[in-house]
Amino acid sequence: MDSINVLYVLYVCYLIASVLFVVGLKMLSHPDSARKGNLLAAFGMGLAILGTIVLHHNKEGQPITNHVWILVAMAIGSVIGWLSAKKVAMTAMPQMVSIFNGMGGACAAVISLIEFGHYSEHAANGISIGTYLTIIAGLIIGSVSFSGSVIAFLKLQGIMNKNFRLPAQNIFNSVLMLATLGLGTYLVTSGLVSMPLVLTVFALSLIYGVMFVVPIGGADMPVVISLLNSFTGVAAAFGGFLYDNQAMLTGGILVGSAGTLLTIVMCNAMNRSLTNVLFSAFGDSGSGGGASGPQGSVREMSATDVAVMMNYSSSVVIVPGYGLAVAQGQHIVQKMASVLEERGVDVKYAIHPVAGRMPGHMNVLLAESNVPYEQLKDMEEINPEFPNVDVVLVIGANDVVNPAARYDTNSPIYGMPILDADKAKNVIVMKRGMNAGYAGIENELFFYPNCYMLFGDAKKSLEKLVEELQAL
Amino acid sequence: MDQILSLIGDNIQMIYIIILSIFVGVEVIGKVPAVLHTPLMSGANAIHGVVIVGAIIVMGHTDPSNIVGLLLGFVAVVLGTLNVVGGFVVTDRMLEMFKKKAR
Repeated sequence: MDSINVLYVLYVCYLIASVLFVVGLKMLSHPDSARKGNLLAAFGMGLAILGTIVLHHNKEGQPITNHVWILVAMAIGSVIGWLSAKKVAMTAMPQMVSIFNGMGGACAAVISLIEFGHYSEHAANGISIGTYLTIIAGLIIGSVSFSGSVIAFLKLQGIMNKNFRLPAQNIFNSVLMLATLGLGTYLVTSGLVSMPLVLTVFALSLIYGVMFVVPIGGADMPVVISLLNSFTGVAAAFGGFLYDNQAMLTGGILVGSAGTLLTIVMCNAMNRSLTNVLFSAFGDSGSGGGASGPQGSVREMSATDVAVMMNYSSSVVIVPGYGLAVAQGQHIVQKMASVLEERGVDVKYAIHPVAGRMPGHMNVLLAESNVPYEQLKDMEEINPEFPNVDVVLVIGANDVVNPAARYDTNSPIYGMPILDADKAKNVIVMKRGMNAGYAGIENELFFYPNCYMLFGDAKKSLEKLVEELQAL
Repeated sequence: MDQILSLIGDNIQMIYIIILSIFVGVEVIGKVPAVLHTPLMSGANAIHGVVIVGAIIVMGHTDPSNIVGLLLGFVAVVLGTLNVVGGFVVTDRMLEMFKKKAR
């Protein structure tokens, strides 16, 4: 085959890859086909990568060289990626997604830097406005996505758990963003080829990514990760523009738009707008309201009493939260549920859309310990049932069952749909202590007359409950 | 103005792809159940790893005497591969669990 035909074969590879991305994403949004969809998309990706290595020729008709470098780099990336993805605990999935996303963003930024390096070597030839635009745009978006994702990772990993805010954070961030975009626009429109200035854009973007994510509370991290995910998609698409590469373009834009929609869907699940999540001082207003929070005393209940109560009830609903994930209690909770079921108790799990640190986090976690699919109930499905439930067991969840969200306009979580656990006959809250939830606010549910506290590590308390149940 | 018009004119096919892809992206995940939000995000995350194709291209056309370029390209390919491989494997691990109990 001559080189033109070789290129056409590559185009066919890209075409198939693009179609597989679309079909894969489509299948990923249905439970039955999701896994196959992921594999299809991965297959498309493999085709695009292999095709590029073997068949790609640049505009001067030169094939890909430096094969050894490329293959060694891919081998390193594959081994590290594979191992870390296989080894990571289910509880740490969200930050894993975040860090992989950051790698993609960094990749896009580095590509832009190298491409610009090629042009700056021959600065006299100039650089077309379209090329410059894609290089700068890919650089900015990729860098923001990278540094933002790293901060999101550090926050979810608990390495960085302060949400520090500068006094005028929003203004500072806006100025920073305008400076970055302004310098970028100036470079593109003037066609000035200056490595130091491009590196300045790079540095400003990195700082912006950090400043953008740092003030956002951990509970909102899923939304941020989803948004940064779509950013990386857009950065990849700019790369596609740069190289006239259809696979990068369709793949990138697809993720960009699907990711944006997913971000909005997540915000809707919390009944908040995206701007509210990104720019409002979530933690601040909460600490202000804390002082005038609910007063009174909470009542503690021993594990033995809780076990007896559940044993002789006809229905139990379990409300899992991040605390369950942290304590790694998903297996023992399943064990407890099966003991209860043997005794003829009807057991269900009420899953709040944003329980845990990501939508679907609890489903994934409980699925790991073989909780039957039918027992997992969405909020809309379970809420009408609560008044008939004998015992609600809240394990390591807090804000998603805070009744203040229904009426207290001063509460930072006001308006968020909650699980109506307070309407059940009895509520048992398993907590480590009386600390506030992730939103940093008191939960008046704990002071309700039908609510009892079972203090302790979720896993240890559950183990004790199973013991007590089996002894009955 | 002329510059912008010619930018659009020269890339009109690309622009069509972009606009249609935006609609496809929105349509495709239109009615995803909350259960699948995390795996879907993770899957999308793996797909934008297609940026690795750009890394391979830039690496493959870098002059072997340009050590800085080669090193940066090497880093880009490693990062892109991490995104792709890690992304798909993590997604598969999440979905594997759904499979088991969807009996």
